[in-house]
Amino acid sequence: MAWQWFHRLGSPRWFYEKTSPWLPWLTVISIALIVTGAVWGLAFAPADYKQGNSYRIIYIHVPAAFLALAGYYIMAISGAVGLIWKMKLPFMVMKSAAPIGALLTFISLVTGSIWGKPTWGTWWEWDARITSMLILFFLYLGMIALQQAYQQRDTADKSSAILALVGMVNIPIIYKSVDWWNTLHQPATIKFTGKSTIDPSMLYPLLIIVIGFYCFYALVLLLYTRVEILRRENRTQWVNDLVAKSK
Amino acid sequence: MKFQFESFADFIAMNNHGPYVWAAYGITFIALTYLLVSPVLQKKAFFKQQQKLQKLAQSNPDGQGIE
Repeated sequence: MAWQWFHRLGSPRWFYEKTSPWLPWLTVISIALIVTGAVWGLAFAPADYKQGNSYRIIYIHVPAAFLALAGYYIMAISGAVGLIWKMKLPFMVMKSAAPIGALLTFISLVTGSIWGKPTWGTWWEWDARITSMLILFFLYLGMIALQQAYQQRDTADKSSAILALVGMVNIPIIYKSVDWWNTLHQPATIKFTGKSTIDPSMLYPLLIIVIGFYCFYALVLLLYTRVEILRRENRTQWVNDLVAKSK
Repeated sequence: MKFQFESFADFIAMNNHGPYVWAAYGITFIALTYLLVSPVLQKKAFFKQQQKLQKLAQSNPDGQGIE
């Protein structure tokens, strides 16, 4: 009984049907939160006394970087679940997480670079935080490439799950890079334990847009996974029925 | 909470940081829009392709010439 939900979770059809009603909610919530956080951060949060207005890039740079990392966890954990319990659905989630993570890592690198120019006087520095994020970007690209490298679906899934797990080594390096090395990148300003080193007037819009990005990530991951489910199950009766009904 | 700029022109200029801030927000907006629209279009394309296959199967019930 207790394990029934776990087995159901492995069923692509069950997942597809259960997640349908979530989509409009997630769309509305994530757009509302992102727009609120961005407008607040751009127009109503006070300017930074040192950096002036360029710091307003924080409101997209930080949430994109958070999700680039969180997305990697999701990808690697789904890969592990797929390998261990030999389930189909986790591999579809893993495959869908790769392009989303790649684009979010790209956003955090580009916005960081644009922020660096007026703040540090350079677009790019081979600093520990920035370099480890670049490696994360290449890991995501490697996942996408590996998925397409094999004819056999099963082989592609298993080998990219192993790549995702090996790449986990990079994650603590990214987190700790600002503490271990003397980096140009500033250390963490938001702390879950202890006092954050950012004023509440700047922190609230940041928290709002971070939550907005999490909801947006959930939405987009569902959308990509659902397309992947349809593609892989295209010979099953339930997908054929869906197609017939959509005419 | 108050508007931090003297005028709308000031808001756009952002004290000479305007190009940086707006470029960062612009790129992010385009990227997020792509993430949202791309799976929706892929799903549409999938249904279109499958409908074609179903039609083909109906006009050729023995399945000859398919696969």
